[in-house]
Amino acid sequence: MASTDIIIHDKKDNVGVVVIEKVAPNQTCNCWIMEDDGSTTIEAKNEVPLGHKLALTDLKEGDTIIKYGHDIGKVVKSIKKGEHVHVHNVKTKKW
Amino acid sequence: MEIPKSFLGYKRENGRVGTRNHVIILPVDDISNACAEAVSNNIKGTIALPHSYGRLQFGADLELHFRTMIGTAKNPNVAAAIIIGIEPKWTKRIVDEVAKTGKPVEGFSIEGAGDIETIMKASKKAQEFSIWASEKQREECPVSDLWISVKCGESDTTSGLASNPTVGNLMDKLEPLGVHLCFGETSELTGAESVCAKRGKTKEAQDKFMKTWSDYNDFILKEATDDLSESQPTAGNIAGGLTTIEEKAFGNFQKIGSRQFVDVLTPAEEPTKGSGLYFMDTSSAAAECVTLQAAGGFNIHLFPTGQGNIIGNPIEPVIKLTANPLTAVKMKEHIDVDVSKILSREMNLDQAGDELIKATMRVANGRFTCAEALGHREFVMTKLYRSA
Repeated sequence: MASTDIIIHDKKDNVGVVVIEKVAPNQTCNCWIMEDDGSTTIEAKNEVPLGHKLALTDLKEGDTIIKYGHDIGKVVKSIKKGEHVHVHNVKTKKW
Repeated sequence: MEIPKSFLGYKRENGRVGTRNHVIILPVDDISNACAEAVSNNIKGTIALPHSYGRLQFGADLELHFRTMIGTAKNPNVAAAIIIGIEPKWTKRIVDEVAKTGKPVEGFSIEGAGDIETIMKASKKAQEFSIWASEKQREECPVSDLWISVKCGESDTTSGLASNPTVGNLMDKLEPLGVHLCFGETSELTGAESVCAKRGKTKEAQDKFMKTWSDYNDFILKEATDDLSESQPTAGNIAGGLTTIEEKAFGNFQKIGSRQFVDVLTPAEEPTKGSGLYFMDTSSAAAECVTLQAAGGFNIHLFPTGQGNIIGNPIEPVIKLTANPLTAVKMKEHIDVDVSKILSREMNLDQAGDELIKATMRVANGRFTCAEALGHREFVMTKLYRSA
């Protein structure tokens, strides 16, 4: 089994979580999808630390971030596939 | 793994079972803290529970104060209790309720006597209680005597990926054995509230949950600053990769596994509808939440953390687990169970759940938690609004 760099909760998710100390720009990351024990790869665009998220597709302003198969917030600044997803480009829809 | 059918606990007069055998010195109000602490300094084997409130409260806020005081002293982890307040009436109200459990309890009031005389009288009684409690022996008790509360803190994305689902796995395995379970953190279910509400066993429980969540959310919206002052998510949450309250909520929600909740409890309310999972309306601040759950009668606590919360409670042992491999190393003295191997896929959730069950049983049998060994005794009253 190849080492896992990123875990994706649900097949519907458009973000994955880094589970190694960090991923580097241009690194091809091994992703494990928990829901169906599937796997995929993605090329990281930024350095992303442990626990932080990476976009699995291109996302534009107003798009919804899906994690656990559910809505966890809205994109406020467009994000390219492989880029770091966090408070600088995503905001809550709640408060 | 075959789940242990029993543990060694302290059988109490009312049939409940404790995992600890504390003699507490409980101040009714802030100004009685000095007296309570002096008594616990005098008498070994006792523990004072100082706190900040108890004067000029009224209405629902005062009722919550009493419920927390009474519930704390009634908790089966408490063998006997000394209650000390400035005035006799409120002190007696607590003593009378605690006495119904059949455990030794005695109240003292300071007004008209002063600290020194009160300390002397209370110390004599505390010595009697301490020596009496020291002879109590642990006996074999069914696992159904465990009342397990859960709350996570300083969460990060590893909490939602692994440590919270580990707690959920434990719940899925222990609930069928007749264990009582409790989760809370009303505000931290925001974003997952409708998914959570569907876990109510009855329409009544579902509606009660939605009303409880809406009331709390209305209050937050009324008082909120534009970024909630970095309180939700916290700076620690954000450092750990959590971006929004919704993401935090779905991670939080993993703690209940695939369970359904029987009922919704008010803060510090004791469940009365039999075994199973309960939701308690609580703040998401760790010490406030655990204090309320302990007052609801829960005798052992599971606390998953990501970035490394360090909380403990004076009467309810708090077991900490983490899936963050950096926290497991850097904050080792706070972590009872390390499940970080889930992230590297060297351990699966089923194995992690079994490890947590084993650790829970050992702590129920008397093993110190990291927080107990470090002296963490956070006892924090929840206050609903300003005093009169």
